[in-house]
Amino acid sequence: MADAGAPFRIKGETGDWEVVIGLEVHAQITATASKLFSGAATAFGAEPNSQVSLVDAAMPGMLPVPNKECIRQAVRTGMALDARINPVSRFDRKNYFYADLPQGYQISQLYHPLVGEGEVEVLLDDKDETSAKRIGIERLHVEQDAGKLMHDQHPTMSYVDLNRAGVALMEIVSKPDMRSPAEAGAYLRKLRAILRYVGSCDGNMEEGSMRADVNVSVRKPGGELGTRTETKNVNSVRFVMAVVEHEAKRQVELIESGGAVPQETRLYDPDKGVTRSLRSKEDAHDYRYFPDPDLLPLELDQAFLDECKASLPELPDAKRKRFEALGITPYNASVLTAEVETARWFDALLEAGAEPKQAANWVVAELFGALNRRGESIEASPVTPAEAAELLALVADGTISGTIAKQVFEIMLESGEGAAAIVENRGLRQTSDTGAIDAEIDKVLAANADKVTEYKAGKQALFGFFVGQVMKAMQGKANPQMVNERLRSKLTD
Amino acid sequence: MTDLTSLTIAQLRDGIRGSDFSAREVAESYNAAVAAAKLLNAYTVETPDDALAAAEAADSGKSTGPLAGIPLGIKDLFATKGVDTTAGSNILKGFRPTYESSVTANLRKAGAGMLGKLNMDEFAMGSSNETSAYGPVISPWRRKGSNVGLTPGGSSGGSAAAVAALIAPGATGTDTGGSIRQPAAFAGICGIKPTYGRCSRWGIVSFASSLDQAGSMARTVRDCAILLEAMAGFDPKDSTSLDLPVPNWEANLSGDLKGKRIGIPREYRIDGVPAEINALWDQGIEWLKDAGATPVEISLPHTKYALPTYYIIAPAEASSNLARYDGVRYGLRDAPEGGNLDAMYSATRAEGFGAEVKRRVMIGTYVLSAGFYDAYFTKAQKVRALIKQDFAKAFEQCDIILTPTAPSAAFGIGETTDPLAMYLNDVFAVPASLAGLPAMSVPGGLDGQGLPLGLHLIGKELDEQTVLNAGLAIEERAGFTARPEKWW
Repeated sequence: MADAGAPFRIKGETGDWEVVIGLEVHAQITATASKLFSGAATAFGAEPNSQVSLVDAAMPGMLPVPNKECIRQAVRTGMALDARINPVSRFDRKNYFYADLPQGYQISQLYHPLVGEGEVEVLLDDKDETSAKRIGIERLHVEQDAGKLMHDQHPTMSYVDLNRAGVALMEIVSKPDMRSPAEAGAYLRKLRAILRYVGSCDGNMEEGSMRADVNVSVRKPGGELGTRTETKNVNSVRFVMAVVEHEAKRQVELIESGGAVPQETRLYDPDKGVTRSLRSKEDAHDYRYFPDPDLLPLELDQAFLDECKASLPELPDAKRKRFEALGITPYNASVLTAEVETARWFDALLEAGAEPKQAANWVVAELFGALNRRGESIEASPVTPAEAAELLALVADGTISGTIAKQVFEIMLESGEGAAAIVENRGLRQTSDTGAIDAEIDKVLAANADKVTEYKAGKQALFGFFVGQVMKAMQGKANPQMVNERLRSKLTD
Repeated sequence: MTDLTSLTIAQLRDGIRGSDFSAREVAESYNAAVAAAKLLNAYTVETPDDALAAAEAADSGKSTGPLAGIPLGIKDLFATKGVDTTAGSNILKGFRPTYESSVTANLRKAGAGMLGKLNMDEFAMGSSNETSAYGPVISPWRRKGSNVGLTPGGSSGGSAAAVAALIAPGATGTDTGGSIRQPAAFAGICGIKPTYGRCSRWGIVSFASSLDQAGSMARTVRDCAILLEAMAGFDPKDSTSLDLPVPNWEANLSGDLKGKRIGIPREYRIDGVPAEINALWDQGIEWLKDAGATPVEISLPHTKYALPTYYIIAPAEASSNLARYDGVRYGLRDAPEGGNLDAMYSATRAEGFGAEVKRRVMIGTYVLSAGFYDAYFTKAQKVRALIKQDFAKAFEQCDIILTPTAPSAAFGIGETTDPLAMYLNDVFAVPASLAGLPAMSVPGGLDGQGLPLGLHLIGKELDEQTVLNAGLAIEERAGFTARPEKWW
């Protein structure tokens, strides 16, 4: 990541250029099993046209009925974005002809969206609170997804799969507040995290549950806004960043070579890493938006809004701040809250009684390491938070050392046994018996009289060697702090 | 034995219950009458077996609902499971839904059977039935001493003609801007459009969603009440459906209007309306006075903007509602050899839609277009709100409003070729549609040429009862018993 302090600039022949970015993110409401205006199912990867109701296929005389749970999830999401919820919103029709759009219009919300302005805070550097930046949210509205055309099923015809037709989407429109690929990436990651915390969208970009339209323009730093291009349906954080990078450079080159950026819609080709024009503003549809007369205004009462609010979980920022207040480092707090599953796991670990700082270090270093090696996600962790808490408690109360704890953890992963049982059965308990420690120290010092002389002559680095020898003689079970103390006192005698 | 087809629905119901005759006899009489009336072109599909099945269920005691064994005509706009449902359009020719509209399902639950699907203006766009892909319905009525074919009005022209010609005791209609009331007036029958939201729109092919409302058409006010009671009701599948119990309209029918104030809107006295129609209006006032009501002059100042407002909003919604007829999933598909998707859309819609539908789709597309939206659509929405306000204010001074139903009697097929002249047919009907109010047409008498004229009652929101009661008061006094002479 670029240094958060220095603004991102495109170096052109005529000097530096600033890039201005806004994202329109389409997030499928995966929390519900049915579509926005019909009861049809929404599972990913189902047989074509197996999840289509009469409403989705726009049969004559069919009418949409809003799915209350979809609205509830969108409201909860709006609340999580710290946004104004509009107690009265409306559905509008966006009219255009396409074979994947059975009604001939998409039901969306242009004039009176469900959710108004809000904001998201992103950290450009996990270790640095001062790198925080607020990205404005313009609005969030709900709308129907379209179906899908399949061009590879027949030599001369295209087939239509309407499984996605009518699926509920949230369109989350940011303000043009981002100024670098890194900011765009951080915003999208943060937005995804919030949606996943709320549970409204699974954030699965490969399956299309989340995709972004990337609006990019360039200008001389602080100058007038340039003409923007919109690159549609970009489906990963990495691609979004690549689109920004590519578009910004392309636009600068275009302007500097005497051209002008046309307002247009573009598509990203991830194989070539370039965007290409899809249609110009002149070819843009006149969508003839108007209020959908089949649907009444959506009115939300206070009790409904209160319930939405009460049902919200602790969100990433609040959680990160709580973790930091427990003494956890900003970096660890950030890492532990980035994914909702990690945060849940860690919270369970704290609930099981683990000391926060120690627990955070252990999860980030030991658990993540182990999971990485095993290629497992934290939800599938072979060690439960309660089992981990048991292990960490043994370290905290001095029963075992940190070194032994690593061994015990490995055994836990392999055998599934509990930490206390492993320590007991294998005699790994740490000794704080000064008599035994002193005896071993004496033996080590006696056997290394030459080194003792060197140490006393000023070769302080040998202290670690003595500690190591004592620990080795005691098979790692000696209380390291006590070994340090006793050794220091004997060597200064 | 009495010809069963001349009985009212109330009489049929009571006769079947009292075993004066069987439901099967009723169904057979109607099936025969329907089969013998093809010249009227009222039915697009005949379903005699459906009517017989409902009759069997009633006769065997399996069905005991309020309409047990009553056979009805169903406007082709209602989806009927397994039976062609085409909205009078080529683009849906041969379309058989796998589902039943909520309104017809309610009728079936009440024990009714279906005689067939009734012809109509294409997508309910028209006032004469001439826009139907099946050709026009011919009204059973004729001018005195003339053989000229007349229109039964529209868009529920098949429904009106069938009820008037005794080939259905009652029928469903839909009314977007007068499509129940104007044909009811032309055919000398009763027709009521309830408050917007009383009847579910689920399964009714949409024309203009914010205006479309199903209603009943029959020979008497009581029959309209009986049918509407069975059709109406909350439907969770229609977001605009009213979550209210259905009142006992029939049980509460009363022609006694003591204490009721009848609003007479001065703006409905318009130029070019035949004197006979205004005379009937005055007669209507007298009848209602006789029933105990007091007339009061009221003002509905935005009336003159109602028609233009309607002809912006309805086409706007229609242009979007009809986008689904694209040849992709059902109905007509015309895919030119080697053509792309756009070519298929163009060919399919050019072939499938008639001239009036195309005209309205284009008007609707235009008024919603960037640059025109505010000038047309937004303005029209504002005027619509003012028209609603007009009625709200008027109803502070009166309980019900009386006007003529249409500015003329039935006209000849092919006589009105100017679309704007055709649109004028709904000049009295459209304001109540824009305001979502219950309204009814009741026959008042015949004009000099022997053609029926209707009186129009507009009620307060949800007050179908007063509309029906005032209709009954007129019916009792008008003594309208005229029937078209059978020529078909």
